[in-house]
Amino acid sequence: MNLKYKNKKITGILTVLPEKEVKFDDEIDNYDFRRSQSMKLKLIMGYDKRRVVEPGITVSDLCIYGLNHLFDNQLLKKEDIDAIVLVTQSPDYIMPGTSYIIQGKLGLKEDLVCLDINSGCSGYPIGLSQAFMLLDQDEINKVVLLNADILSTKVSINDRGSRPLTGDGASITIVEKDNANNTIYGTVNSDGQGAECLIIPAGGFKTPSSSETAVLEKDINGNFRALDHLYMKGDDVFNFVQTKVPLMIEKLLGNAECNKNEVDYFMFHQPNKFILKKLADKMDISYEKMPNNIVEKFGNSGSVSIPVAITFNLSEEFLNQTLNICIAGFGTGLSWSSMLIKFDKLDFCKLIDFK
Amino acid sequence: MNTTILNLLTETRPDVDFSESNNFLEEGLLDSFDIISLVTSLDEIYGISIDGEDILPDNFSSINSIIKLVKKKQGNE
Repeated sequence: MNLKYKNKKITGILTVLPEKEVKFDDEIDNYDFRRSQSMKLKLIMGYDKRRVVEPGITVSDLCIYGLNHLFDNQLLKKEDIDAIVLVTQSPDYIMPGTSYIIQGKLGLKEDLVCLDINSGCSGYPIGLSQAFMLLDQDEINKVVLLNADILSTKVSINDRGSRPLTGDGASITIVEKDNANNTIYGTVNSDGQGAECLIIPAGGFKTPSSSETAVLEKDINGNFRALDHLYMKGDDVFNFVQTKVPLMIEKLLGNAECNKNEVDYFMFHQPNKFILKKLADKMDISYEKMPNNIVEKFGNSGSVSIPVAITFNLSEEFLNQTLNICIAGFGTGLSWSSMLIKFDKLDFCKLIDFK
Repeated sequence: MNTTILNLLTETRPDVDFSESNNFLEEGLLDSFDIISLVTSLDEIYGISIDGEDILPDNFSSINSIIKLVKKKQGNE
């Protein structure tokens, strides 16, 4: 589906990453890799360091920490926030929505929209779409988009397919009305037939967590995993990404009548280094214009990975230049989404540690 | 090319004799991570980038299927 938004802008991006860093080298013995295979995959996939939360830390903790940072540094005023959109797959509770928890703990005004969206790796453009739609309302002038996940807590320590890549984090993106008459182009696509390719089978109402769903079982690749754990059918997800994403970007740029060379950066979701390099090769885009270094430094934090890639790699450019940016997310659902946005200079663009 | 690919396979799985196998995947000789390693080596050695869409199990079931994949990519570049 093609989407268009007029007179909207992003004015600031903050990412919040847990201070705790886990190293692949320290976990190698947990996985059923041969030693030589581990060392080669470390380079190819980007297995190295990842940031994870300490036990007990939740998505709302990360978001509140980041929002307080913005309030304390006069980068955002509580009373200016008209809506909170939280994109997460690891909410504090099944009910109520975590956006209400954040509103309550921060003492934000009652005249406020709170909205939780269950979306994963395609959740940054999907969250932006929702924020842009809210801004069409007369009384909504500023939306705070929160992307946050702590899925490291749901990955088996013996799952070599997912564990070495999974990180935690949160991001805050400020979205506002704009009178510059610009157009933002987007696409959103869904394929629920692939729902089981990326899934946590137990813990919802269909299969509540129990002693049975906590039992570890060995799969054909030697991974030990329970139904309570995140499961990724890696081969299928890889082929889905390689098939769908290049076509999506071609369509997006076509609709915007934008040549690939007019895009300053392709800021894509960061699942692993290999997938991103293959995408860049297929689309004939240089690795410099499509950064792929986030998994090796921080891990894949789902919908937070695009803001992490921006704030880690390009904060100076986002603060001092106008940029034409193509973003793309892809993953659980299955879903894949993208946006082409002309960024004005941001008011803030930085990455902080959660302490 | 045959010998180079056999050497690469042996580097990937030193514990396996690939020359004795009729189908690497059916016999469980290569897993998806081995295939990723192999693709990276083939890309480097032959100066190509095998399309992500072509990284399918069937294309890595034998030395002949791997040769066919590399030649397909070489023909396109």
